[in-house]
Amino acid sequence: MAAISKNKRKLKISNGIIYLVLSLWAITTIFPFVWIINNSFKPSREVINHSFSLPSQFTMQNYINAFDKLNILAAYKNSFLISGSVTIGVMVLASMMAFAMTRYQFRGKEILNSLIMASLMFPVYSTIIPVFKMMSKASLLNHPISVILPQMAGNLSFAVVVMIGYLRGIPLEMEEAAYMEGANVRKVFIKIIVPLTKPALATVAIFCFLWSYNDLFTQLIMIRRRTQYPICALLNEISSKYGTDYGLMAASIAIIIIPVILVYILLQKNIIKGLTAGAIKG
Amino acid sequence: MLYKKKSPLLIFLLPGIILMFLFLYKPFVENIINSFYDMTSVIKMPGQEWKFLGLDNYKKLFSDPKIRIAIANSLKMMVLAVVFQVGIAFLLAVLVSLIKTGQQIFRTVYFFPIVISATAIGLLFKLFYNYNGGMLNQIRLAMGKEPINWLSPSLAFIMVSIPTIWSYVGFYFVIILTGLNAIPEEIYEAAAIDGCSRWKQVLYITIPLIRGVMCTCVTLAVTGALKVFDLPWVIVPKGAPQGVTHFLGTYMYEQTFSISNIDYGSTIAFVIVILGVIVSKIVSTLMKPDKNL
Repeated sequence: MAAISKNKRKLKISNGIIYLVLSLWAITTIFPFVWIINNSFKPSREVINHSFSLPSQFTMQNYINAFDKLNILAAYKNSFLISGSVTIGVMVLASMMAFAMTRYQFRGKEILNSLIMASLMFPVYSTIIPVFKMMSKASLLNHPISVILPQMAGNLSFAVVVMIGYLRGIPLEMEEAAYMEGANVRKVFIKIIVPLTKPALATVAIFCFLWSYNDLFTQLIMIRRRTQYPICALLNEISSKYGTDYGLMAASIAIIIIPVILVYILLQKNIIKGLTAGAIKG
Repeated sequence: MLYKKKSPLLIFLLPGIILMFLFLYKPFVENIINSFYDMTSVIKMPGQEWKFLGLDNYKKLFSDPKIRIAIANSLKMMVLAVVFQVGIAFLLAVLVSLIKTGQQIFRTVYFFPIVISATAIGLLFKLFYNYNGGMLNQIRLAMGKEPINWLSPSLAFIMVSIPTIWSYVGFYFVIILTGLNAIPEEIYEAAAIDGCSRWKQVLYITIPLIRGVMCTCVTLAVTGALKVFDLPWVIVPKGAPQGVTHFLGTYMYEQTFSISNIDYGSTIAFVIVILGVIVSKIVSTLMKPDKNL
């Protein structure tokens, strides 16, 4: 970046163009969300005719309707239960597997490694029908566990790859020193490996949570009872049921995205750093 | 010394392996086997036999006009994803790497749509596209033009691909930008001293040096395009209008869970896997990510 210090005047003009182009794209990513939040405070009739202006009379009615008609709080609870369990489960299992695979020599390690790499290529479509069958046989459909287990398995291989990449870079000295002091493997894992891999664990956690929370496909298939709907399944239903009530639609979209926006603003540095750590190493 | 004793291995590896076996490998193989049988229901009833069909389901692929649409749409989406998703992301990343102030803000803003669920984005765009009082038709009315049906058969595919492409540009943008920032500045300085212009630097230094990163992005973009489901399903449910917006994912869902043509759904799922393997092979042969690294 600093290398372009050739011609200062020329630089200023082209810098202006660069900022202009960059800002234009920034508008496309922000505008839709501003638009939806603005319209969520208007009656439907006004959304249809004047969606660009500020609300002429500010109303919370859409939000009241949304909470009245739809089980939004219950959907939140279901979603957090599912995605929280997926995230924690994947973090535990992935760090354990990655630890074993970077620290131990054992027969079949190569095979296991290529199995994990291959499963990265399995799209959810290729496993969902037999999994659905298994769940309905065990009469677990509509139960959060029917979404949790397949999502955990689906995210595990990605998480293991990220964790292996990170663990390889951690030198063994500390673990050996701890062993000399009399620590066993369990202690080394809990007291040394887990704290040291926190950045990679954060990556895994953020992405597992987002992918699980946003995954409409598995939710649609496994959860068919309305009271058990997670957020995405509920949203999908809103669109077919209340598609003509624009105000209500805008308010429900806003309700769903506002918490995500807040979390994103708080965590954005970690999220983006996490992505790059995972993507470049993996 | 610490890791000589192998007994803890089982405790560390087994839970994960069991989970992956039960929910990935076993269903994956079962799905392939299922595609050769005539499945009358998801669960085999006692005393009921599924008829062995052999390759019938795969032959059906060639005579089913709807799967042709779905495959064509998925392939088109791949091309669009490489050209626009990765293309725009690359352009934005190069531009951002050239500026000094505001990098962080642009990163935050561009990445933002990725954390929003595709379902919410789908509903949002549905409000844009609505015939009666949708945002786009409001603009047309304000300009004195007739409203258009944005989801008519001729327009629907484009209108679905716009949000699909747009929402993931930031993902590739961040990956490419990180790759760009990893290029040592000395190289650019040396080039600048030798009289190499800014755009030539991009062409002869940046692009060759981030080939590996670009290859990752292209692979992710094409395999991602193969898996689209949420956005088309929300904006144009069941391939509406007239099935012209079916993608492999949505068509597989419809066949399996709406029409209960389970074995055919399994076949389509396997086609998705095969296509995924083929296109990523093609990408890695064409782009040779490891060359000159």
